[in-house]
Amino acid sequence: MDKKLVDMMADLKEEEVLALVTEKIKKGEDPMGILDDARSAMEVVGKRFESCEYFIPDLMMAGEILRQISEQVKPLLDKTSGGKKLGKVIIGTVAGDIHDIGKDIVTFMLDVSGFDVLDLGIDVPVEVFVEKIKEFQPQVVGLSGFLTLAFDSMKNTVAAIKQAGLRDNIKIMIGGGQIDDEVRKYVGADAYGKDAVAGVQLTRQWIGV
Amino acid sequence: MSEKAEELYRQREKRVNDAIALKKPDRVPIMVLFGFFPARYSGYTVQDVMYDPEKMWQAQWKTLTEFQPDMDQNPYFLRYLGPILETLDFKQLIWPGHGMKADHTYQFVEAEYMTAEEYDHFLLDTTDFMMRRYWPRVCGGLKGLEKLPPLHNIISYYMGIPTGFGAFSLPEVIEALDVLKKAGQESARIGGYARKYSEKARAEGFPLQVGAISQAPYDTLGDFFRGTKGVMLDMYRRPDKVIKACEHILPFMIEMAVNGYKVSGNPRVFIPIHKGLDGFMSLEQFKKFFWPTLRELMVALIKEGLNPCPLWEGDCTSRLDTIKDIPEGKACYAFEATDMIKAKKALGGKVCIRGNVPLSILITGTPDDVRRHCKKLIDTVGKDGGYIMDSSTGLDDARPENVKAMFEATREYGLY
Repeated sequence: MDKKLVDMMADLKEEEVLALVTEKIKKGEDPMGILDDARSAMEVVGKRFESCEYFIPDLMMAGEILRQISEQVKPLLDKTSGGKKLGKVIIGTVAGDIHDIGKDIVTFMLDVSGFDVLDLGIDVPVEVFVEKIKEFQPQVVGLSGFLTLAFDSMKNTVAAIKQAGLRDNIKIMIGGGQIDDEVRKYVGADAYGKDAVAGVQLTRQWIGV
Repeated sequence: MSEKAEELYRQREKRVNDAIALKKPDRVPIMVLFGFFPARYSGYTVQDVMYDPEKMWQAQWKTLTEFQPDMDQNPYFLRYLGPILETLDFKQLIWPGHGMKADHTYQFVEAEYMTAEEYDHFLLDTTDFMMRRYWPRVCGGLKGLEKLPPLHNIISYYMGIPTGFGAFSLPEVIEALDVLKKAGQESARIGGYARKYSEKARAEGFPLQVGAISQAPYDTLGDFFRGTKGVMLDMYRRPDKVIKACEHILPFMIEMAVNGYKVSGNPRVFIPIHKGLDGFMSLEQFKKFFWPTLRELMVALIKEGLNPCPLWEGDCTSRLDTIKDIPEGKACYAFEATDMIKAKKALGGKVCIRGNVPLSILITGTPDDVRRHCKKLIDTVGKDGGYIMDSSTGLDDARPENVKAMFEATREYGLY
């Protein structure tokens, strides 16, 4: 592990990190090693976010750095590489709501924490959730929504999952702007998460890792 | 105006003004952001009232007279938007009948409507940038304006005039100018209804909550130009540009509020706060990028004799110690999810606070749940005055019986 790379990236020094990565590639260093260091740095970023040292802009910046490193490194890797995942999560913003910032952060944090996340995007129809749960077979489903209209969409989504006979095999968490425990009861979800950290904690707890 | 209406108008305005001035009124004032609640309450869809000004009128008036808040909202500026958005082929929103179901509220479409490379153009000549670059992106109907040259170079007979106006004969530009003309007619229509509504509300004894709107410069930059992600990354990649742009936008924001006041005669200025909340930046970033120009805006408005009324969306508990630094008894801070006990502790005796019955209770709870929550708010944050009852944010989907409970509880428990 290159501590310098990890520290630089965890401290969000974009230009320095990218220059260092370019230099490493030129020198012929193992691209997988670079990516592993980047992942280690992301873990540090995640921890700093959990401890309220970092906030959403820091996550966005870290994500940007990771994206640029991946762009440089990935063409040099064979496609089969990639670590073992801890478990599967489906996530999406429910029907009628097009907000994605919160959902993207949860997706990002779950991904960085080692979960295999299928992000269905925004304004996701109830049927799409059901169909994708059948295909992907996640242990956890995350429903996101910013507006109050999302309450009923979430409720309908949970009901449809139940009707399809899939409810007993999965845990459902909800989150977003107006969501609290009152809404969780109304929707019939298993838990609500106040922020991305809570979402990751719930997932870890449910999957048992 | 009848004598009774005049008396009610006076009482209601005094009740709210007393709260803002940190005095104890006769009782806790109550006012809400109705959002699209009136449409549903009156059996209409969101789409109905966004496109039909008469239905909008009927819905708002029924809701106003039945609930009797201390101050009303003019429904035309924020909700009767269908025809003008349609005319412009507006891209920053999707709305019912235009990408959204008939009974859903409109929503903002996030994008970088100004690229990072365009800061310099924006700073050099904002109107030029907006007219030739921003409007064509935000309004499909104004795409032709891209073809215009910079108008600041059309100066005189040998500088600009001979060939400078050539672009105005291009078909795309002519089309865009035609759209502007039609948009002008729609604007006049909105203005006409809004004026008529204000007069009616006045005559029936209802003051209006606000008479102008403005924004924190950072929010204006982030919401409409750079996008949430764009402006967040800019804090790292080009911090000086962000600060410069905020300082550049500040006088526009002051002007917008003061001009609104000149037309309405109403000193209360609504300032929705979007991107300064907890989690959306560190406290350090808040103090560096967000607060300085917002504070300057509010202080400038107070100097003009106005009352800044920000709605601090989300949770702003960690900002309380910073935002208390504002002239006393002039502003009114509404909170969505901020801890109200902590807010009272930090702001009590300095700034009137407003809010925040959670929408979750108003939508999924019972009238008793609502009553309990209101009583708790009145007993804790309301007890020495300087407090206005409100929901956490726009009522949109709230249950009528719960809204009724909120009003009843305030009148019952809120007497001083």
